[in-house]
Amino acid sequence: MAAAIQCRDLRKTYDSKVEAVRGLNLEIQAGECFGLLGPNGAGKTTTIEILEGLLAPTSGEVFIFGHTWHENEREMREWLGISLQETRLSEKLSVRETIELFASFYREPRSSDEVLEELQLTEKADAWVGKLSGGQRQRLAVATALVCNPKILFLDEPTTGLDPQSRRQLWDIIRQFQQDGGTVLLTTHYMDEAERLCDRLAIVDHGQIIAEGSPADLIERLGGHHVVEFSTSGNSDGASLQAWRGLPSVESVREDSGVIALNVKEPHLTIPALLEAVGQRGSELQHLTTRQASLEDVFVRLTGRHLRDE
Amino acid sequence: MTVAQQTPAITTRSTATPPRRNGRWSGYWHLLMARMLELKREPEVVFWVFAFPLLLAVGLGIAFRNKPADAVSVAIVDPAGNLQVMLANSPQHDLFRPHVLPQQEAETGFRLGKYDLVVASDGKGGFAYRYDPARPESVLAKTEVNDALQAAAGRKDAVATTATASSEPGSRYIDFLIPGLLGMNLMNSGMWGIGFALVDMRQRKLLKRFIGTPMRRGDFLLAIMTSRLVLMVLEVGLLLVFGILLFHMRVLGSLAAIALIAGLGSLTFGGIGLLTASRAQKIESISGLINLVMMPMWIFSGVFFSYERFPAVIHPLIKALPLTALNDALRACILEGTPILHQWPRLLVMILWGGISFVLALKWFRWT
Repeated sequence: MAAAIQCRDLRKTYDSKVEAVRGLNLEIQAGECFGLLGPNGAGKTTTIEILEGLLAPTSGEVFIFGHTWHENEREMREWLGISLQETRLSEKLSVRETIELFASFYREPRSSDEVLEELQLTEKADAWVGKLSGGQRQRLAVATALVCNPKILFLDEPTTGLDPQSRRQLWDIIRQFQQDGGTVLLTTHYMDEAERLCDRLAIVDHGQIIAEGSPADLIERLGGHHVVEFSTSGNSDGASLQAWRGLPSVESVREDSGVIALNVKEPHLTIPALLEAVGQRGSELQHLTTRQASLEDVFVRLTGRHLRDE
Repeated sequence: MTVAQQTPAITTRSTATPPRRNGRWSGYWHLLMARMLELKREPEVVFWVFAFPLLLAVGLGIAFRNKPADAVSVAIVDPAGNLQVMLANSPQHDLFRPHVLPQQEAETGFRLGKYDLVVASDGKGGFAYRYDPARPESVLAKTEVNDALQAAAGRKDAVATTATASSEPGSRYIDFLIPGLLGMNLMNSGMWGIGFALVDMRQRKLLKRFIGTPMRRGDFLLAIMTSRLVLMVLEVGLLLVFGILLFHMRVLGSLAAIALIAGLGSLTFGGIGLLTASRAQKIESISGLINLVMMPMWIFSGVFFSYERFPAVIHPLIKALPLTALNDALRACILEGTPILHQWPRLLVMILWGGISFVLALKWFRWT
């Protein structure tokens, strides 16, 4: 069976200067929730719009269930539910009118009432779009995608700028869609979102995939599930950073604005040794925490930058 | 084998309600309804499309209404008082509003335009006129006052004449104006209603969202054009009814002919609006473009005054403008009842502008 979404050596160059996507390969199976994770400007939106058939790639191939966009675009559009980044729907139409409008484009859409119910918009059905909150608007955007009963749901930064409660509501909706057999491709620059929702994800930076796998996989590859962060009195330098690397069970070291972070497999071995080493140097610990490693750590490890850095 | 048959059967949700099926025109109807609802809910649209032309018609209709000529305002400098008596005894005495004044005051008033003419007695039984040859009313006043004084002094008309006053509907300024306003309004709402609306939707990424669905692109444009035609019927009907009721305008052409011309004009400017909007990304740039396109037609196409006032050399150019063709066709139809077939050159001008714009717009139109 053909993969739900597949692309080979995708490239997109704008105005023959800006290389937004530089040789991207993906294969997403039906029923998977796949995330493209990366900082702003990494090429996520360009990639997803090429996969959606809204943007022509400079080179490379895209297959949706084994079909290319040149074959039968109208038919393929029946399978896809799309939520773009920042579409401003008409403010003077009601929620129900907007959903009905989108439903009218498909051969066999779902009933609007059912979609309203599922997206918790029933109470707002007759309110104008202009009167909705950010979270409600975003749910409406997803509703216009789900009303066609899609096989694949494309979501470009679905929760950017939403409050925590609205984000959680959307996560539930996306998970429900996946549980019912749907395939999801989403982009995000939120680590927690990717960790919670995605079966697999690709970390994208400068138009290329720099790592791919399940969230647990990627964290595993970091070389340790734990992070020990501490700072000491007195200056640290490159030489001392190497000294921390030599502590038991430490896989890697980095320094971030005065705080030293160790990727550690077994903290119970590292911490006593760390305390001893600090004592030997005659300096004092000013701060010490341990926590589970996150995708953020993976990203920093891979690129040397934080995900949210502009 | 079709694409649909190859599609893997992925189990999706079990729908509680039976699936509905949409027909071929479902998208078109919903787009049209959505567009009409949006227009109805936009107070600005109601004002600019319906109220504004009516206000303009009322304002200009009142300013240029056909009123009886003003009484001639004459300053009289005659300490003896003979002049007043003669003027009052003349057969045309009710035409004048005489003011007896000292010399100084009369001349100051004349200079400020308060009086059309200064008549002074020369003390020897004759009169001296002071008038301004650059002011038509001053020239007229001199002639009228002179006639009155000569008649009062005993001059007889050599030939018997009669005169009939004529201010028939059909020949007044308001009759000229209303078809021009109709044309201008069709241009305005075509350019803004289509050009601006499309760029706004493009900027909001709504066009991109639409083409992410199986929506037929032709249906979308058709729905936008249809909404223009529906609005056109209302716009034209309202202004015509208004002209008939308030200004007793006479409509000689048939309603069908007017509807045909107005509909064609509407589509012509719809096409031009579409072309103007085919690439612009921001509403700021489309606003500028629309004004740039409309400006020459406001000036040259004879909305408020006849283009006959421009040099004859440029008349062929003016007549090639779509708004000139529309205004001329509407005037000929409404005021003279010219049959539609006799208007074919004007209709052709509109069809060419609209048709060529539409084809180019489809070629260049950007959905994203």
